[in-house]
Amino acid sequence: MSRSDDRLLLANVSRRRFLMGLAGGSALVLAARWDMPLANEKAQFGAGAMPGGWVDDPNVFIHIDSDGTVTVVNNRAEMGQGIRTSLVLLAADELGADWDRVKVRQAEANQEKYGNQNTDGSRSMRHWYDPMRRAAAAARLMLEQAAANQWSVPLHEVRTDIHKVIHTPSGRELGFGELAEAARELEVPGRNDLVLKTDDELRFIGRESGYINGKLESAHPKAIDGEDIVTGKAIFGADVEVENPLYAVIARPPVYGGKVKNYDDSETLKVPGVEKTLEIEGTGQPAGFSPLGGVAVVATNTWAAIEGRRKLKIEWDNGPAGDNASYTSEAYREALEKRAQSPGRVIRDGGDVENALKQASKTVSATYYMPHMAQSPMEPMVATVVVANGEVEVWAPVQNPRATRDTVAGRLGLDREKVRVNVTLLGGGFGRKSKPDYAAEAATVAQAFEGRPVRLQWTREDDIHHAYFHAVSVDHLEAGLDDEGKAVAWRHRTLSPSIGSLFAPDPEHKGEFELGMGFNTMPFSIPAIRLENPPAPAHVRIGWFRSVYNLPHAWAIQSFAHEVSVAAGRDHRDYVLELLGPGREIHNLTVGDGWNYGEDPEMYPIDTGRMRAVVEKATEAAGWGKKLPEGRGMGLAFHHSFVSYTAIVFDVEVDDSGNVIIHRADIAFDCGRQANPERIRSQLEGACVMGIGVALMSEVTFKDGVAQQDNFDTYLLPRMPDAPKEIHIHLMDRQDEPMGGVGEPGLPPVAPALCNAIYAATGKRIRRLPVGDQLKA
Amino acid sequence: MVTLNINGEQHELDVPDNMPLLWAIRDVVGMKGTKFGCGVSQCGACTVHLDGAAIRSCVTPVSAAKGEITTIEAMADDPVGSKVQQAWLDLGVAQCGYCQGGQIMNATALLKKTPNPDTSEIVDAMAGNLCRCGTYNRILAAIERVAGKEDQA
Repeated sequence: MSRSDDRLLLANVSRRRFLMGLAGGSALVLAARWDMPLANEKAQFGAGAMPGGWVDDPNVFIHIDSDGTVTVVNNRAEMGQGIRTSLVLLAADELGADWDRVKVRQAEANQEKYGNQNTDGSRSMRHWYDPMRRAAAAARLMLEQAAANQWSVPLHEVRTDIHKVIHTPSGRELGFGELAEAARELEVPGRNDLVLKTDDELRFIGRESGYINGKLESAHPKAIDGEDIVTGKAIFGADVEVENPLYAVIARPPVYGGKVKNYDDSETLKVPGVEKTLEIEGTGQPAGFSPLGGVAVVATNTWAAIEGRRKLKIEWDNGPAGDNASYTSEAYREALEKRAQSPGRVIRDGGDVENALKQASKTVSATYYMPHMAQSPMEPMVATVVVANGEVEVWAPVQNPRATRDTVAGRLGLDREKVRVNVTLLGGGFGRKSKPDYAAEAATVAQAFEGRPVRLQWTREDDIHHAYFHAVSVDHLEAGLDDEGKAVAWRHRTLSPSIGSLFAPDPEHKGEFELGMGFNTMPFSIPAIRLENPPAPAHVRIGWFRSVYNLPHAWAIQSFAHEVSVAAGRDHRDYVLELLGPGREIHNLTVGDGWNYGEDPEMYPIDTGRMRAVVEKATEAAGWGKKLPEGRGMGLAFHHSFVSYTAIVFDVEVDDSGNVIIHRADIAFDCGRQANPERIRSQLEGACVMGIGVALMSEVTFKDGVAQQDNFDTYLLPRMPDAPKEIHIHLMDRQDEPMGGVGEPGLPPVAPALCNAIYAATGKRIRRLPVGDQLKA
Repeated sequence: MVTLNINGEQHELDVPDNMPLLWAIRDVVGMKGTKFGCGVSQCGACTVHLDGAAIRSCVTPVSAAKGEITTIEAMADDPVGSKVQQAWLDLGVAQCGYCQGGQIMNATALLKKTPNPDTSEIVDAMAGNLCRCGTYNRILAAIERVAGKEDQA
């Protein structure tokens, strides 16, 4: 049985009558008496600072039918992180609902109604844990009040049990379904009147279940879309049923900023099923979320559209692309490496680094490279749009429904209210689907077919050629050591094109949020530290990729820390624990970061004690220091990101042919309070595998502005043989700490930990990613 | 006209002979469980069975799809397929879920041919199925669970 109540996706607004859920909104006033941490809901931080903020009105999120079915509205995009399960789990637990009688309904794009819906930054759970629990607690109180009214007894004599309310003295019972209609008539209680369940009373929240490190704790972990997924019924972007659709693909300019000079579609139109071609106007640079332009081929099925595109003869004009047309990866890398030898914009400066480096008895330096990568979710970008009578309806797998709505409205010159965006399941996102360019493309094509749905499909080649690429990076580091090998100076120059180039004239320097991803927040306790950011221009669309600039920063810093420990002749773990220094809280402003992932620095300082603890946990669990066979070694890396702490140890073998065999990964993770440990583990396992791709094989290169990889035969991703033979996840028990991110923080330390392990196994130092064939012969 | 036998039903389709089976199933027959991932037989999201063997429907022209085609929609009725689906649920394998239909089709074909595969046979057989969410360890554990080997995993 499907647990999804998403008939809205089928274009006919559900006629189902929700007995609760019809009332209007309630005022958002912070309660004085509230036992959950609310600092991240104040206007300047966390959920409160996000566009649309947070909403905790039970009428928005919780619906109870007369048959007792509880439907919880999920306002965030589901892309594999499990938020549709986890948010519903919170509500069901707090409400007292029977899990088997709970369904989920996906919210359409409406930030005024549902609060912030932009699903990125590993924010869904930490921003929605409190509001969703309050919404459910309010609904529970309304059910209890309805029962008390019916029995004419005082409220304190009733309590909620699973899916029912009980009059304690008499033992009388009423089911949720029986109470729903009366409960709907009641006013939503004030926040001061709500009492959240204590941890002891919770059935699901924070409870371990499912698969833990190779063993089943409990069979059948809760997964609200699980049955639909394994039976092929789950509705992803291209699976929406619409009447009589047209199918389109677009040939886009191969070089960023290029445009169509002219084209010949005579062969295209001979392909059976092809109906029409049309030129799509691009918006030039910076592209933002707008279409790149090109030529659309519209047909009666996807295959005909793809075949028709193959037969187009297009002459491109690269004039508007400027020097993007000469962008070549090897030359760009060399240019950045050269530039890294000279000082750049100073980001952080403490102590006299120049002098400390001069005085040092030993210096170490290294330059690290991380290439462009495409997010490449398994589901290529797709959107279905119908334009009729000045109104637009969109069905698409999008991380940012609001941006989708606004981008489509802007493209078609309509008011936001004229555009409805229905969010399907996302077949992966990883940041790519934060950019709704494909929805704007689909809307542009659909506009030419008034009243007829158009499904715009990206192929894999489109995805790899026209990603919003992970920024290429060069990081140059120098350290000075004293007589005893102690680090006394640390200089780090980081160079990457900025995501800022997507929205404005190229700043050529990283912005505050980019630097705040583990660069200026580097937590080592070293007397002289100087951090610089020389310029690096963008020549392609640069965009978020899971964990974003934490990837190159962690890769460089954690690789270099290992190199320094080797130069000092010290054990890596012991050395980095010394570099971290004694446990202390670093306020982000003291290291020049004004961002802190948007969170309150008082609530979320960088705590080196928690960082130390994950390092100690991962190394202990891995058996750090034990003797390994020849050709095998352990590597460590750790990183703070998205206000969570991760440490990883890999046990790696490099065989005689240079193949990397990963025997085991030990991952220690501290994200503060945990909502659904089962999905936290799955996110860390997945981040580990994705990080192995970053380390070993994934790279998009450019020649004369054109991406050189086309599909998964050349843009390589990790496969089952590349995965660790065992992944062990160690979740730190920090239920008293505020929630941190989960989806992204598992990724940044993977590549450096793996390369440090390769060094331990072989003595070969990897400074350029991916490893590729560097270990062969 | 092309006749396809999908999940025991005959479908007469007016499509070109060279149309890949994937698009005939999705756009013409209208069954959406079989997914497009790469179009060049590199990811396995489009895996279906042809007379019990796992094939990549994205590179199989309809003219070559003569035989019994089985898709993910029919796996619940398959004695091995339903066990594989249950193991997937028991272990919480899926993250985004997009590739999992193809993974289940590939795993089911393997287990039908080789009911007790060893780990390296499983890894070899599944190497053609990409999962960007990185669920490989749980996929392996789920297959071993169906093969009755989870205790050795």
